[in-house]
Amino acid sequence: MKEIVVISGKGGTGKTSVVSALAGCGPQKILADCDVDAADLHLILQPTIQDTHEFWSGELAYIDPAVCTQCGLCQKNCHFHAISDDFVVLNEHCEGCGVCEYVCPEGAAVMRPRMCGEWYRSDTRHGGMIHAELGIGEENSGKLVSTVRKEAHDLAVAQGVDTVLVDGSPGIGCPVIASLTNAGLAVIVAEPTISAIHDMERVHQLTKHFKIPTMVLINKADINPDLVKEMKKYCQTNTIPLLGTLPYDSRFTQAQVRGESIVEFDPEGIGKLFPPMWDIMLAHAKNTSA
Amino acid sequence: MKIAIASGKGGTGKTTVSVNLAALLRDMGREVTLVDCDVEEPNSHFFLSTAWNGEKAEYVPVPKIDDTKCLGESCQKCSQACKFKAMIWMVNSILVFPELCHSCGLCKLVCPADAISDTVREVGTLRYGRGKGIDFYGGLLRIGEAMAPPLIRRVKEEAPCKDIQLLDCPPGTSCPVIESLQGADFVILVTEPTPFGLNDLRLAVGLVRKLNYPFGVVINRAGMGDDCVESYLKKESIPLIASIPHTQEAATAYSKGKLLVEEFPAFREQYQKLWERVSDLIQEGK
Repeated sequence: MKEIVVISGKGGTGKTSVVSALAGCGPQKILADCDVDAADLHLILQPTIQDTHEFWSGELAYIDPAVCTQCGLCQKNCHFHAISDDFVVLNEHCEGCGVCEYVCPEGAAVMRPRMCGEWYRSDTRHGGMIHAELGIGEENSGKLVSTVRKEAHDLAVAQGVDTVLVDGSPGIGCPVIASLTNAGLAVIVAEPTISAIHDMERVHQLTKHFKIPTMVLINKADINPDLVKEMKKYCQTNTIPLLGTLPYDSRFTQAQVRGESIVEFDPEGIGKLFPPMWDIMLAHAKNTSA
Repeated sequence: MKIAIASGKGGTGKTTVSVNLAALLRDMGREVTLVDCDVEEPNSHFFLSTAWNGEKAEYVPVPKIDDTKCLGESCQKCSQACKFKAMIWMVNSILVFPELCHSCGLCKLVCPADAISDTVREVGTLRYGRGKGIDFYGGLLRIGEAMAPPLIRRVKEEAPCKDIQLLDCPPGTSCPVIESLQGADFVILVTEPTPFGLNDLRLAVGLVRKLNYPFGVVINRAGMGDDCVESYLKKESIPLIASIPHTQEAATAYSKGKLLVEEFPAFREQYQKLWERVSDLIQEGK
């Protein structure tokens, strides 16, 4: 099994456009959208949902106003400022630690299981897809990402497919770490801007930290050719294989507006760049599990 | 006054709006503090040529077990109480996994033997400085650290609000964004006029509505996609603060870390209008 994760550090460099373009390249694969708090891949792949699963993770405190004597112990001990002055739990700040339940002398604070979102098993024109939606203001995005990856892996095994392509999220924190763990290859989509180059370097430090094989794909190259040279130099110095270079072109946006991948929208132009890149990615990806 | 600049989708122009608005307000004689709440991938400082005045490592408390006091296998109250599986009983002692700890303090409360004290886990670096007449506060999450919110909280605690504070938020709609928005008097949501931009804007609107922040929307790179965002704003009666046009020149200036309000008079005018509209919306809300 090969699991390939597309990340970027900085947001908006084109992860989802690249993933949707690669979705139709090569033999069938399973697709996974791990950007669970701002998922967009479904807008292009238009999945037909086969089944929907509630995602329960962790706990949420509840204070029963009929039992609460407003003694203030819960508020005093809560490290997350998750209890209001009138002793209502502020769900978006509650981390589910259980301190309030422990300190409450009346048994008014209780911990309840927490539904943080949903995940879906779907079919698309390019094969099976696992995606998810984190509830608004909910916790545990990292665990939802791990669930999406595990389900994508299981779906691949069930269908006898040996590649999973993962759309990651921006940043270097918990959802990104969850989408990278044990991946066979990380592809960093970067653009030639001062911001994106620094973000690429930070996320590369992260893939190095977790010892994940890494490649760089330069997107929107025409924005600043001088910086493209700098990026290539960085890759060379750090022995990161360069996957390719994509133009800054309005056709990407036009394709998105039509709900198509760039390969579908412009098969004879930019679309031609993707199948060879997919082959290179496969060649660099490590097998992650049976 | 604290104004947060957020979005659902990454790369829509949060930092662009933050730094250009900061420069405009500076020119209007306001005392601006810019707080970069994106501690995972901070970028605002590049545009302000920030000279650092100081930095310090930031830590969160994590438990340390005194094995001489620990009651051992017969107790295990701490590992049973921990909801984050940050402590387990291993062979003959309690083993702590600092990276899983949320620093809630429950283990210390439940320990009957007073065997648990605090040690620390480094979450990253807080740094501050000044550039182009703007005070700057930001953080740098340690590589491999999963939890950004504690560092965001520290950066925000440290940053003064002398007159106007701008909070440049991270992308997304989960915990780091919630932490960044905390305390804002007004939220500017930045989006782009594309299906991805609209989809993620909807999520961001859901979040700021749930948390009860007054807000408006800036459409950045107007003209690059379609009119789906404008239709949505009309339908939802959400104020459109400004539509900032898409130009190749702006993209190139951004790529070099330049400020649009200093490079292009037309963009300066756009940001002046943007600020007038934000001021009006804040007044209306009072």
